[in-house]
Amino acid sequence: MTQTIQQPKNFGFGEDETLLRDSARKFFTDHCSPDKIHALVAQNPDINRPIESIYDRDLWQQIVALGWPGACVPEAAGGAGMPLVAAIALAEEAGRVAFPSPLLSTLCAVALLKTCQTDAATQALSEVAEGKATTLAITNEKGSWEVADTDVRATGGKLNGSAWFVQDAKKAEQFIVSAQDKAGLGLYLIEATAPGIEIIPDGIIDLTRDQAHIRFADADSIELVAPGTGDLALAKAMPAILCLVSADMVGAGEWLLQTTVEYAKTRVQFDRPLGFFQAVKHPLVNVMLDVDRARSLVYNAACSVDCGEDHAELNARMAKAQASDMAVFSSSRAVQFHGGTGFSWECFVHLFFKRQMHNQVLYGDAKYHRARLADMLLGSVA
Amino acid sequence: MSEAQKRDTTEQVEFRAYCREWLSQNHPGRPGVKLPQGALELSNPDALAWLQTWQKSAYDAGLIGCDYPQELGGGGRTDCQAIANMEMMRAKTPYLPNIIGMGMAAPTLLHHAREEVKAELLPKLLSGEEIWCQGFTEPGAGSDLANQQTFAKRDGDNWVINGHKVWTSLAHFATWMILLCRTSKDDKYKGLSYFVAPIKVALGKGVTVRSLIKMTGQTGFNEVIFDDLIVNDRYRLDEVGAGWKVAMTTLLHERGAGPLVTPASGGMSLEEEAGAETSSALALADLARHTERHGQAALNDPLIRDDLIKIMIRQEAFRQNFRRGNLPALTDHPMRIPLQTKLVGTELNQDLQKIAYEVEGAGSTLYVNDDQAPAGGHWPLAYMNSFGVTIAAGTNEIQRNILGERVLGLPKSK
Repeated sequence: MTQTIQQPKNFGFGEDETLLRDSARKFFTDHCSPDKIHALVAQNPDINRPIESIYDRDLWQQIVALGWPGACVPEAAGGAGMPLVAAIALAEEAGRVAFPSPLLSTLCAVALLKTCQTDAATQALSEVAEGKATTLAITNEKGSWEVADTDVRATGGKLNGSAWFVQDAKKAEQFIVSAQDKAGLGLYLIEATAPGIEIIPDGIIDLTRDQAHIRFADADSIELVAPGTGDLALAKAMPAILCLVSADMVGAGEWLLQTTVEYAKTRVQFDRPLGFFQAVKHPLVNVMLDVDRARSLVYNAACSVDCGEDHAELNARMAKAQASDMAVFSSSRAVQFHGGTGFSWECFVHLFFKRQMHNQVLYGDAKYHRARLADMLLGSVA
Repeated sequence: MSEAQKRDTTEQVEFRAYCREWLSQNHPGRPGVKLPQGALELSNPDALAWLQTWQKSAYDAGLIGCDYPQELGGGGRTDCQAIANMEMMRAKTPYLPNIIGMGMAAPTLLHHAREEVKAELLPKLLSGEEIWCQGFTEPGAGSDLANQQTFAKRDGDNWVINGHKVWTSLAHFATWMILLCRTSKDDKYKGLSYFVAPIKVALGKGVTVRSLIKMTGQTGFNEVIFDDLIVNDRYRLDEVGAGWKVAMTTLLHERGAGPLVTPASGGMSLEEEAGAETSSALALADLARHTERHGQAALNDPLIRDDLIKIMIRQEAFRQNFRRGNLPALTDHPMRIPLQTKLVGTELNQDLQKIAYEVEGAGSTLYVNDDQAPAGGHWPLAYMNSFGVTIAAGTNEIQRNILGERVLGLPKSK
């Protein structure tokens, strides 16, 4: 492996990206304290509660006005033309407050639209830059993360079949669908309100997003890339998508760490704060090590995408594998060290626990990516 | 920030080219003597002499001590040691022998010694002509380092030192020792003072060095006994009673968290045969490729593949953490990444070597004294030796206390 491009030392976090990160942190601190988010999404603890998509539409409109969905949309298509690390900063800050919105999905959709390189995709990008929430419908019923696997068929742009595990489906205004045509895999854009489309919400554990499967019955769509080229566009976009989901986990992991540390400083047992005891202190340090590993790998992978490096895929799979393991570890330690409080619905920790467990599997868990990495780095087993 | 500022400075670019050119002409080649896996295991004087010649030539060329002031024997450059280290590693040079001197004594001298003592000691320290050792640990002062019992008593311009240090690597070759000891019994911490002690000239006259044998069967570290050793007051660093503060400077650098980058070369394979390198995941993958396990290459075993990839991810994360650690805007606490270096680096190495031990299967029972041992028995040897560094410099349990208390702000465990 020869690296011909020298990455910038700062991962590409220049003044603009740092400024965006700081303003996002301030925005979320001002508007999305954990008690507010909890009051919004955790009103009904009933295990048989009706399936709902709950989020603050006003806040989403403010975010649209700030231009965040279009941060990485090229300037020619009306976006800010920023590098992927800018979106990574946004995803990390959103994860830090477990923010319910179509932001993460839309940033992932932008990553895919940018690899399409067609007029139709450029048109879609300009709509995203204006605030049109968009999400990916690229997964089959078995939850395969292989880019070529889909249960949707396309015939001259007419879609039939179903897409599964579609994120933020009830918040999205349009979907990017991967579908199998006679000539191969294509990518298609379709409005959420198009005739022949039926959105069936899933009952999910994570309270901070919604998910659905979508049935298509002779639904007319716009072709984004020609049949036979969709898997290539998806494969090219996947490193950025993995980075974005991982960044959300990094933000949530840091919140879990800091919140549990605060609790360990104040909760007293045996006349001592919990954090005095090494049985609590040392695992919390291990959570920090895990978060830091994930954070550095995500920045490196995103920078690798921005520099157009061949091994961006390798770096992104490393980042997702590490972030996924970290997500499981940080959330389990947070619940455990909050004790009976952490096990209770009224404690905010479960919001982040559930979001982490959702994100860790999305687009492949740690074991999945390590198996792919083994094939890439060690050679596949004949 | 301009593109140039994000990358190397002009000085760094020029220096890198210079290092590359010099190394292409001046690599010392293979030694005529067998070298141990690291400087801390040195026991053969011929091996030491060969490595000292290498350190001296790299020092004379300006690759060692580049960031130290010129008047103290350094190169007077800015942020260039990391460049030299990278280039020496790239050129697969031998390691440097005076690692305690460069990694611990030099930064401590620079921050706390009198100017004339710095000028006296730093040039021969950086050139490797004078080897240094560290006299911190005692039988009753391991993790509880401040529990020092070695006592220095004032006698006019001199101090008279009595006591017992253990696990003192390189003391058998050392000219100088950095020495933490007690000058008052009134306060555990404020009763400590810090000296540099000329031990070689005092052998048999107040200093006795006896070798200790490690679990591997190797020597390389020692116990040192002081019996009325006389040290002049000019070799005291900082104030009487400031020993703990000075020791923190030493420990910060020992743990890879200090502001000065320690000169380090390496990369040269120590054995002629392949597979004797014991710190790289690629070497481990190579071992797995050539080891049969239940009728096929161990590299095809899915569980071993997963272990290998986990280690590779941790190695990459270690590298990227190092990169991020230099960027205040991307770290929440200035010491958060630097203070992880020793803990993470040593555990990564230990786990890598443990996997190799397992990969070898039945062959892992064979040691370095058996011709049939896979890779010369070096992986099991490296695994056992890895405990030296997870214990030394503050055990990794102490490292977790430090990170929990100083970075996360958790209550002190003492």
